[in-house]
Amino acid sequence: MPSPVLDEIKNLATGIYQKILKKKQPNLDMPLRSLNNVKYDPKEGYFELLGKKKGRTLTAGTVRTFAQTLRMMSLSKQLIQTDDIASKREAYYISKNWGEAKFSEQPESDTVMDDVEAMLMVNREQMGFIPEEKGGEIAGQLVVVDRDPETKKELRIDCTKFGSGAYSIPISVEHLKFETDAKFILAIETAGMFQRLVKHKYWKKANCILVSMGGVPTRACRRFIRRLADDQKLPVYVFTDGDFYGFFNIYRTLKVGSGNAAHINEYFCVPQAKFLGVTPQDIVDYKLPTHPMKDVDIKRGKDALKNDPFVQHHIEWQKAIHQQTQMKARAEQQALAAWGLNYVMEKYLPDKIAHPEKFLP
Amino acid sequence: MSDTPIALELAKKQREIGVAEFFARNRHLLGFDNKRKALMTTIKEAVDNSLDACEEARVLPEVSVEVIDMGNEKFRVIVEDNGPGIVKKQIPHIFARLLYGSKFFKLSQSRGQQGIGISASVLYAQLTTGKPAKIISKIGAKNDAHYYELKVDTQQNRPEIIKEEVVPWEKEHGTKIELDLEGSYVGGSQSIDQYLKQTAIVNPHVTIVYTNPKAEQIIFARATEELPKQTVDIKPHPYGVELGVLMSMLKTTEARTLQAFLNQEFSRVGSGTAKQICENAALLPNTKPLEITREMAEKLYGGISKTKIIAPPTDCISPIGEELLEKGLRKEINAEFYCATTRPPAVYRGNPFIVEAALAYGGEQPSEEAARLMRYANRVPLLYQPGACAVSKAVINTAWRNYGLSQSKGALPIGPLSIAVSINSVWVPFTSESKEAIAHYPEIIKEIKLALQDCGRKLSLFIHKKQRIQMEGAKRSYIETYIPHVAEALKDLVGYGVKEEEKVKEYLKEILEKNRGKLEKIEIDNPEYDEELAKLGTESPEAD
Repeated sequence: MPSPVLDEIKNLATGIYQKILKKKQPNLDMPLRSLNNVKYDPKEGYFELLGKKKGRTLTAGTVRTFAQTLRMMSLSKQLIQTDDIASKREAYYISKNWGEAKFSEQPESDTVMDDVEAMLMVNREQMGFIPEEKGGEIAGQLVVVDRDPETKKELRIDCTKFGSGAYSIPISVEHLKFETDAKFILAIETAGMFQRLVKHKYWKKANCILVSMGGVPTRACRRFIRRLADDQKLPVYVFTDGDFYGFFNIYRTLKVGSGNAAHINEYFCVPQAKFLGVTPQDIVDYKLPTHPMKDVDIKRGKDALKNDPFVQHHIEWQKAIHQQTQMKARAEQQALAAWGLNYVMEKYLPDKIAHPEKFLP
Repeated sequence: MSDTPIALELAKKQREIGVAEFFARNRHLLGFDNKRKALMTTIKEAVDNSLDACEEARVLPEVSVEVIDMGNEKFRVIVEDNGPGIVKKQIPHIFARLLYGSKFFKLSQSRGQQGIGISASVLYAQLTTGKPAKIISKIGAKNDAHYYELKVDTQQNRPEIIKEEVVPWEKEHGTKIELDLEGSYVGGSQSIDQYLKQTAIVNPHVTIVYTNPKAEQIIFARATEELPKQTVDIKPHPYGVELGVLMSMLKTTEARTLQAFLNQEFSRVGSGTAKQICENAALLPNTKPLEITREMAEKLYGGISKTKIIAPPTDCISPIGEELLEKGLRKEINAEFYCATTRPPAVYRGNPFIVEAALAYGGEQPSEEAARLMRYANRVPLLYQPGACAVSKAVINTAWRNYGLSQSKGALPIGPLSIAVSINSVWVPFTSESKEAIAHYPEIIKEIKLALQDCGRKLSLFIHKKQRIQMEGAKRSYIETYIPHVAEALKDLVGYGVKEEEKVKEYLKEILEKNRGKLEKIEIDNPEYDEELAKLGTESPEAD
């Protein structure tokens, strides 16, 4: 099976081999994966890589990861050739056969995997690696058209028919098709809030599709929302806790991608997403009970102002940060329960959805 | 109570204490605290005397030392030299009378100072075995060899001649002493072996033939035919004289006037300085020395301290020399780094002195132990009482951490280090007559510290270089660990064979070497090292 990824891996390796034969220092250059190596252009709608590179070669600081990167490329080659997959955790365990080059913790192997991905400018699934995490859950006015893995027959999955449960987003979503009459997609940070809205069939009342992100959205979740929103021309509203983690780690990653995986942001972003709440102004307007901000929260806000090109582009977000920092308080989605368990469905969400112009960009 | 006043009764018991009697009771003051030390001190005193005599006569010393185990903790010590010999009349006094000698009255660098040592050994031998000392001495080929058997009359501090006769002796000139004494022979860092070895190291012009109690003969052959520079006697410097000494000098001088007295009896006092002293003391320069009262002497003493007098001459000192001191360490220790330094002459209490120091670092020395300290005074190794010695204090007070060693407060530095410090002076201030530790004069401690700091700075350059090289070596071997992994991963990726894999490994090593430069190496490069010598005197005392 011809694979451009396979060719690219072979080319890179051959280049290194040739260099060694010429007795020149072999090295691997890969994009620096961090916020200070991305730019934000709202026309493109996602974080794009800048040119900063990091190198790995025969130095005390990089030789170990240099060897590990080559090993990881070799593992990927093997997976593609045998049409197999390995989860990130499995890849970590495979490394235990690599002697001194083995990874001691999984975050190390994840990092090297992401580096190879960035170097090849591909998605890890194309290299045969799959994530461990769940992709998120869906409930509401949506029919997902999938195929049976064995018979390849079309499967129509009605997301209104999961009762008190929900449809799980698969790891790969490229082949899915959608049918819906919903007016918008509501992406929710916490499983608890999602449960409440599912239980009371909020999706029916508001004619929408509910997505549970369960914290920072996975790539599959981001890609699913993106494809669904593009395909059905739906607006995407995001509902998180009223804190900097909700704003930037969750919402910003969903909308424009991350600095860490900027090489694939183009596909894994949802530029049409808008921030519904909880905004700093909501805390004031709805007199929400709050918790004091921790030092780490305040630092996150400062970092966003200083380093995040997305925040630097949107004055509204800068204002929000200042407002919340002054309040020194944060509010969870569930804080709305202080006004009654169903206040969120009966008052808060209808109020907010009636005025999309007040959403944060 | 009787009519006789009690004081008369008491007076019957009061009498002069003989100096010999005093030392018989206080033998520890002279280094005879225990059997082990007594044997060591006896040999040391005899050898020191022999070396002093030879050097004074400009003869290359050949000293034979024989220790015979007589059983029952009794030893016979025989020390024989090729020195100038002693005239017949003086033999009994030198060997059997305490505080008799020539060295006390002059200021020049020598091993002996007080004229106590050998006679104290004779006294000790007589106290522990009841046997007299047997002496043979001959002053020239045409002269007779005189044999004496001597004891010390402890009450009178006079020699008691048991036997005297003329004997045949094939030696042209020299002196031989034989003593039977109670002692104990133990190896280790404070042993006779160690003392003779270190003596040979810092006196390379000496040949010592040593026969130990196991009847093994060890020859420390001379390494140079050159005698140490001849030292000059100097007159005392005014700053070094105490009031009592000043008064007795005034009584015995031949000078007619105070000015002449100052001018003739002291070094660095010209007629101008002499006048200045008189003026500062408010005394007339033409006062007759004999007429000077105690009060006037006190004024004179004050006048001296008010007058600026240049430091004493220093040609009276013959240091070991930094080269020789370093060579001594090289013979004894296989280290990676050596350095030595000689301080310019300095003065304490009017006595000139020179400090030398040398270091040996790394190599085969233990790295987790306190540094080894070797002390020398006028070419004599000091093996006892390190804790009481100014040298130890100076070493402890030096901030070795600045030079890359670890050191706790108030302790010797920790590391693979040996330190040799030598003090040379016309009068080395020992803390006691047994000459084991140097007194804590601030001037001396300061000079030792300056010498150690100089060596320390050189050492720190080496230590940092060594650390850098070790770091580089560690980095390289770390990088090399991953070369096989790179080669193996490439084998899978490119699909080459085992032969190419080996080639890739080899090339990667070459590339590494090329990029990082040749790795420097620190090795022991010490042709001077003498393994047999180094072992001598290091066996632990328990081994016997």
